Amino acid sequence: MSAALEVRGVSKSFRGLRAVHDAWIDVPQGAIVGLIGPNGAGKTTIFNMVAGVYAADAGEIVFRGRRIDGLRPDQVCAAGIGRTFQLVKPFAGLSVLDNVTVGALHRAPNVSAAKKHAAEIVERLGLGAKREQPASSLTLPDRKRLEVARALATRPELLLLDEVMAGLRPTECDQMVEAFREINRAEGLTIMLIEHVMRAVMALAQRIVVLHHGEVIARGAPGEVVRDPAVLGCYLGEETEV
Amino acid sequence: MNRRAAALLLALGALLVALPHVAGSYALSVATLILYFAYTGQAWNVMMGFAGQLSLGHSIYVGVGAYAAGALFFHYGIGPWAGLWLAIALSVLIGLVIGFLAFRFGISGVYFALLTIAFAEFTRIGFDHLDWLGGPGGMFLKVAQRDQIDLANFRGPPIMYYYAMLALSAAALALCAWLLRSRAGYYWRAIREDEEAAQALGINTFRWKMLAVTISSAMTAISGVFFAFYYNNLFPEQIFNIGRSIEIILGPVIGGVGTLFGPILGAAVLTLLSDGITEALAAFGWEIPGIKQVLYGLVLLAAIMFMPHGIWPALARRIGVDR
Repeated sequence: MSAALEVRGVSKSFRGLRAVHDAWIDVPQGAIVGLIGPNGAGKTTIFNMVAGVYAADAGEIVFRGRRIDGLRPDQVCAAGIGRTFQLVKPFAGLSVLDNVTVGALHRAPNVSAAKKHAAEIVERLGLGAKREQPASSLTLPDRKRLEVARALATRPELLLLDEVMAGLRPTECDQMVEAFREINRAEGLTIMLIEHVMRAVMALAQRIVVLHHGEVIARGAPGEVVRDPAVLGCYLGEETEV
Repeated sequence: MNRRAAALLLALGALLVALPHVAGSYALSVATLILYFAYTGQAWNVMMGFAGQLSLGHSIYVGVGAYAAGALFFHYGIGPWAGLWLAIALSVLIGLVIGFLAFRFGISGVYFALLTIAFAEFTRIGFDHLDWLGGPGGMFLKVAQRDQIDLANFRGPPIMYYYAMLALSAAALALCAWLLRSRAGYYWRAIREDEEAAQALGINTFRWKMLAVTISSAMTAISGVFFAFYYNNLFPEQIFNIGRSIEIILGPVIGGVGTLFGPILGAAVLTLLSDGITEALAAFGWEIPGIKQVLYGLVLLAAIMFMPHGIWPALARRIGVDR
């Protein structure tokens, strides 16, 4: 499998605070990769660098053979990377369908085609009954779904998911996992996800990268990583049952 | 738009077309003023209501538009149909300069609003020193005979100005309705609601905000041309005054920011209110200085307290039409 996304030796500091240091991450084409680690480990900072929100201080980010570091967020989206926000950012005054239509317009020739595509995605993520409601009326789990729907509507080749399972009940979490598996299988969508809900990470990810204090401390298959003493020590804890 | 909304719109249109034949000259001038504010409010609404960029200096586009077309007519006798294009070009240019400075360097929210005020203010001061345009003493366009319609020079009786403003307002409403349903409308509203999220969905926010400024300033320039040929006198102190900018935005704010009918309804309510208070005070024989402004302010306060999203969204719910 060739790499869809390569993060090569990327570093980022905020006013002297080292958020990410010399991180190397490969996301193979069509894979689902989990990014885990304690709070403040630098996971979201890496996402934001990939998505073009922050410029990296050092290193390169390559997507499908092309350097994307230095691009603006909208250019990163155009390159084929969709993202969700950890702190959800719905277009509160717009209806659910209109929220997703905005995303769908990115690759749709016109508004009616975008609406049609958006309606399919809204349905797929279980928001069909709420499509005419304003996004501001949604509960948190629904807002998370809306984040995903909107990002998916841009027809990305790589989807960055930032804690979309947080706050979901176990059954809702399982539904979401199933939805991602389905999209990954059917459309070959590559996914990189930041997640604290280990139930979801273990069910979804084929590979896991563990960050701590801005550095990669472990990587590999989920089964190996969760037994890694360094990971147990800093993040999962000795007694973790997964 | 549902059936009921279409029927109401049609009825309103018919009423406005027939109005000059039943209304007296005073009512006609009030109606012209309402349409003027409805149109200009609609133009401002494109920038703030749709794209979320608060301009508190829209008088700059009215003023520059008015002076551009006015000066061509005053100095060279060139009619407003040609002057219109110069007015639009200059206003758009100024809008793009303001937009570029703000959007390129991340000036947003209240700071953007301050920038728009600053531009309007120094343009006012600049025009005070432009003798070619009359300076602080003003520029006066020759008023020809008022009873014959001279479309080429946009001279004629009040009824001509009324219908011109009615046509402009109708065109602006149609344009805005179309814009809202287009790609631009979706992108603008996304930018208004959350710019970072909009950008993550592939929207080049700089470009789309610049488009909003372009359309809004061009539309407002046309207000300026109308103003010049309707009132025939232009003073920098008046036309660029920040009070004028506030006047422009009160209609859409009271009527409903971001809605299609808010600017129209707001303009009607405010103009009728202002005139109504004057009439009422005269009828009661009250001559207390400033009482009109106090009453006007109290009504605005009440409107904003009880209908924070504007009169139109509240009214639209009641009469069962979409917003």
